[in-house]
Amino acid sequence: MPRNRTARSAVLGLNVRRPASPRPLSSRNTSALRRRIVLGTLVVLALALITISFREQSSGPLHDAQGAVASALQPVEVAVERVARPFRDAYGWTKGLFHARSEAERLRAENEQLKQEVIQNESALQENVVFRRLLDYRDSPAFPADYDGIAAEVLVRPSSAFEQEIVVAAGSGDGVEVNAPVVTAAGFVGTVTSVTEDAARVRLLTDESSAVSALDLRTGASGIVRPGQSGDALVLDRVSKREHVEVGDEVITAGWRSAGLASLYPKGIPIGHVSFVGRLSTDLWQQVLIRSDVDFSAIDAVLVLVSRRPAPELP
Amino acid sequence: MRAADGALAGAIVFVAALLQVTLVASLDVAGGAADLLLLALVALALLRGAVTGAVAGFAGGLLVDITTLDTLGVSALLYALIGYWTGRYGETTGRDRAHAPLLAVLVATVAVAYAGYGLHFLIGDDVSARRALFDTLLPTLALNLLLGRPVFALCRSLLGRSAGRDHAPEVRLFG
Repeated sequence: MPRNRTARSAVLGLNVRRPASPRPLSSRNTSALRRRIVLGTLVVLALALITISFREQSSGPLHDAQGAVASALQPVEVAVERVARPFRDAYGWTKGLFHARSEAERLRAENEQLKQEVIQNESALQENVVFRRLLDYRDSPAFPADYDGIAAEVLVRPSSAFEQEIVVAAGSGDGVEVNAPVVTAAGFVGTVTSVTEDAARVRLLTDESSAVSALDLRTGASGIVRPGQSGDALVLDRVSKREHVEVGDEVITAGWRSAGLASLYPKGIPIGHVSFVGRLSTDLWQQVLIRSDVDFSAIDAVLVLVSRRPAPELP
Repeated sequence: MRAADGALAGAIVFVAALLQVTLVASLDVAGGAADLLLLALVALALLRGAVTGAVAGFAGGLLVDITTLDTLGVSALLYALIGYWTGRYGETTGRDRAHAPLLAVLVATVAVAYAGYGLHFLIGDDVSARRALFDTLLPTLALNLLLGRPVFALCRSLLGRSAGRDHAPEVRLFG
């Protein structure tokens, strides 16, 4: 392609030639020069304005001029603002509507979350109260000596009226053994019947197969506590008619020991209070009903008693 | 450029700047707002060339600086450079190309954001880089691209397609 032809003219096949040499100070050069001068002037002017405006105090002449021009433009701005206000209000209203809807959804979700947290907090608070009561009981003089109390949460409650057993969150890893007595601050609960590493199954005192030797704290009358005919009622069986057991008497575990044998339960654990005493001439023993202070249907946590002494050997 | 044409261009810049500071800047969408002055400036520069773009940018920016009582010259410098570049782009590679307005808006928006951040940083203003260069830039860019073509069409209908064009033809067309 000849040097004096443009690429476009070559493509188009036009036989148009560029001038062999550009004329000095052509209109193109003049235009480019003018353009550069304008840009340079504006840039210098802007930089000068920035410098002066930046370095000058707020009461300087440039700021005064800026304020004056701004004041002069203020009516125009106000007019434009008034014209624009309905559009801005409409936009704000629409945006607020969308925002309100999303905000409502967010608040609804937050409300649900807070409800869950409140429930969890209340549950934790109740657990805290229960465990604190247990700890108070463990630290009180009423707690059996030579025993350690292992606090455990109830994992499984009785699933039906025919099954009076619970599962607690303490096992052989915590030192829990079979036949270990289980108590709460309100009194005797039952006995451990089986143990795993992390959990233990506890037969409640209300189970048909439970039997605990007990005595009336006031009179010393002894007997055996068995589950009664209905609900959580207990019976103090085999109490001699010679003993003057009265309603309101406190019944505790007997915790006997003789000839190398000992009761599984330590002495002095409260079982309940006498609620009825009957003496029929046809019966060999008194009829003594006990009302336990333990609510067997709502046990949240228990103390499993672990003896510090070795178990007594059988003869 | 004729005097009437220049006056019309000045009026466009004046109205765009005032609308920008009184209305458009407050219509934020997803954290960003359209830059009506920038859009008008891009349209003017593409239609009327680099000199008009630079002068219009300087005037519009100065008007924004005055009305917002900001440091004088900051917006003027930014918009003057953007107007000049857009005008040169329109005079050369972007001439008569359909995508030129959108491409110019894209580049101008990003350039104004970055250059503005740098300039404000230099003069000691507290500006969050994350907010300026990411949080507001993306929605602003989207809005500017959305409004770029309508604003360009409006300016072209006001100014006329070719009357008064003062561009210097760097690429001389034959045939």
